[in-house]
Amino acid sequence: MTTQTPSKPAREPGIFTQTVAGFGKGLIDVVSTIGGVVTLAIDVARWSVRRPFRLHNLFAQLDFVGVGSIFIVGLTGLFTGMVFALQTSEAFALFDAESLVGPTVALTLTRELAAVFSALMVTMRAGSAMCTELGTMRVTEQVDALETMAVNPVQYLLVPRILAGLFMVPMLTILFSTAGMTGAYFVAVGGLGISPGTFLTRTQQWLEPVDIYEGVIKGAVFGVSVALICCYKGFNASGGAKGVGQATTEAMVASALSIFILDFLVGIVMH
Amino acid sequence: MAASGPPSEDNAGMSTKPMIEIVDLHKTFGENKVLTGINLSVPAGSTCVILGGSGSGKTVLMKHMIGLLRPDSGQVIIDGEDIIPMGVQSLQRVRNKFGMVFQAAALFDSMTVFENVAFPLREHTHLSEDELYAKVRSKLDLMGLKREVESKFPSDLSGGMRKRVGLARAVVLDPKIVLYDEPTTGLDPITTDYVDEMILAAQKGLGVTSVVISHDISSAFNVGDQIAFLSKGVIVAHGPPEQLRESQHPAVKVFLETWFGKN
Ligand SMILES: Nc1ncnc2c1ncn2[C@@H]1O[C@H](COP(=O)(O)OP(=O)(O)O)[C@@H](O)[C@H]1O
Ligand SMILES: [Mg+2]
Repeated sequence: MTTQTPSKPAREPGIFTQTVAGFGKGLIDVVSTIGGVVTLAIDVARWSVRRPFRLHNLFAQLDFVGVGSIFIVGLTGLFTGMVFALQTSEAFALFDAESLVGPTVALTLTRELAAVFSALMVTMRAGSAMCTELGTMRVTEQVDALETMAVNPVQYLLVPRILAGLFMVPMLTILFSTAGMTGAYFVAVGGLGISPGTFLTRTQQWLEPVDIYEGVIKGAVFGVSVALICCYKGFNASGGAKGVGQATTEAMVASALSIFILDFLVGIVMH
Repeated sequence: MAASGPPSEDNAGMSTKPMIEIVDLHKTFGENKVLTGINLSVPAGSTCVILGGSGSGKTVLMKHMIGLLRPDSGQVIIDGEDIIPMGVQSLQRVRNKFGMVFQAAALFDSMTVFENVAFPLREHTHLSEDELYAKVRSKLDLMGLKREVESKFPSDLSGGMRKRVGLARAVVLDPKIVLYDEPTTGLDPITTDYVDEMILAAQKGLGVTSVVISHDISSAFNVGDQIAFLSKGVIVAHGPPEQLRESQHPAVKVFLETWFGKN
């Protein structure tokens, strides 16, 4: 028989306390995620240089992350370039500087937008898939099964995915810029009547290799970070299908945030 | 150990050296004290069945034997080596002695049945495709799985079939030790007998050491040289089946009475 002792109802914490508590918890989550991701990065680096090299797995991921994203990244790039040309030409027309449309679009794309947008598209398309796939493997004990068969899951599952992020996002960044410049050219020359010669020579004058390097380096940094975060979240998922869903949501948010924060940090280092 | 050796009751004696030895093992998840001082010894070439209520920590105990979980304290000695302080690479070497059957099969769902069973062979041997096929086929035959199953994906199989594929995958490298986590739960009676036969055959014919988690007492009495009863984080009774039947421990009595009352 259970006797119910009337317990004093706990006072609902006020809105202020809740806000502070929520913020504190968020901060702890961020710090522990960063710690986990960095630890995982070291593990991945160590296992990536050990035999056996599973080229088959690597090519599968290069194909999935890179080749599979060509269409979506190209399309996003094309439209970004077109919109950008449209907007800037309107502004530059105010002081007769339409000849600067080409260089402006080119510099913004190569230095900033191409890497950020490519990485965002890869996060949504490939990162989410990585996270759910690894999460499902974790909660259905497939990761444990790999380990019992004396196959290291970091080496087998994670190394190819991180390398795919490292190699493919820079390439997609270049693709994005190229598609974007094509779009900008057609809008500026075809739609707005800027002469092709002006557009091309001015762009050539302003654009330097270092701008392209900046985009490529950013692409590589974002690619690794996004792949690491998505793998980390999936790899540590728990609690069945619901847990995998939650891990994927967290992975998407954390990846997007990491892109913007790293964009700023890499920018500081490079200027 | 030859098939012509003495009957299993004799070689289950304590004279043989232990293949698996667990010493004072503790494991806590957060507040949840799952294992609180497990001591268990499984002699080489014998079969030990672990019984216990659901959620009593049987799977957790088994995962410690193969180093999937790290204990808070205690030792896990496999074939004379304590695996707890081992680094990843030594642990991989020890794991090559093992095969494990998971409760929910844990097949790789991106691979066909054939590739699932072939996986350990591709990773750890240099067989030609023909030899590989023959080996995989023989293990699938053992489990009564027909040719047309080979190209199917795990998601297209029934639970019982998945389990049998998991069994085939666990034994494809002919390991010295096989861990079975509820190998017969959810299987029909005929397949259950099949699996029991297989565990016995592996022990008699190949000298395999087996640890079997089971819910099915008749199966446990059928295959086990030793039965260990897990309750409240410790092994409360351990011995040959006949001895366990006489156990006066209340948890064991209740467990056995529910079963034998049912039959
Ligand atoms: N990875 C884990 N994290 C936290 N708790 C766990 C984990 N694995 C098992 N447990 C808990 O340990 C207890 C025993 O689980 P388990 O060994 O799976 O039971 P069973 O005897 O049915 O196989 C359960 O309460 C379970 O919730
Ligand atoms: Mg279990």
